[in-house]
Amino acid sequence: MLASTMPLPGTDDPINVAQTIGFGVIAVVMVVSALRVVTTKNVVHAAMWLVLVLAGAAAQYVLLAAEFVAVTQVMVYIGAVVVLFLFGVMLTRARLGSDAELTRKNWYGAAFVGLILVGLLGFSLVDTFQDAKLPEDRQVSLAPDLPADATDAEVEAALEEPNVGSNTAAISDSLFTQYLVPLEVVAVLLTAALVGAIVIARRD
Amino acid sequence: MLLNQFLLLSAVLFSIGVYGVIARRNGVAILMSIELILNAVNINLVAFAAWRTDIAGQVFALFVIAVAAAEVGVGLAIVLAIYRNRRSVDLDELDLMKG
Repeated sequence: MLASTMPLPGTDDPINVAQTIGFGVIAVVMVVSALRVVTTKNVVHAAMWLVLVLAGAAAQYVLLAAEFVAVTQVMVYIGAVVVLFLFGVMLTRARLGSDAELTRKNWYGAAFVGLILVGLLGFSLVDTFQDAKLPEDRQVSLAPDLPADATDAEVEAALEEPNVGSNTAAISDSLFTQYLVPLEVVAVLLTAALVGAIVIARRD
Repeated sequence: MLLNQFLLLSAVLFSIGVYGVIARRNGVAILMSIELILNAVNINLVAFAAWRTDIAGQVFALFVIAVAAAEVGVGLAIVLAIYRNRRSVDLDELDLMKG
């Protein structure tokens, strides 16, 4: 019988089997697609493989209970950025068939750098976060909703009971209170970047 | 789930992206590799947000997505401008600033 949780060898904490298998399947798909993005000889195919990587990332966000980030990933990345890439490919008239010139001749130097990087990062990560576990309940608790004139006893009672809401509500709360100025700055940055893109790409 | 499995996946994606940035010649393909790198960063941010049950990581992932969208817009505009002037998006042939 497949239990939904089973003990991890060497520790007493249970680990969620279904989630771990799901993670593994998505991770393999993501890594294979990412390798195809950087090795395929056809730019349009690279964009299509990139879609698979981005969708896999969105699935991982769902596993991590970050549903708002997952939806944003699908809408902004898969919906907009990939379309932009395909426009770029077509407007630069890249050869639509396979193109042997897409990769440098000394690509093995880059492969060496990548392997060294993955080795160093992997070693330091495993060494630092050995068996740090993600909490089973990954919803963020919200600040309790209290009237301004709440008495101390009311505040204490509200803090006692767990006030677990959705992560989306927590994101909106923090975006419009703590991160309001960065949000406005990002809005101005996006506008400036889009105006700049039009100015650069415009025919004189 | 372990925190490490997400961090290792992100490290692998990051390294693949770095390989792509160094090894590719086509400007659009290099921008795609940069997207791989930014996605690796986002997986890290969201995994740490879940680990610490703190929403800040997810908020920063949203900011990264917004900045990445702006970067792709400007980057593709630059690639188009290069293509219009040089009839090529091969970044190896861009040696105008070579001394």
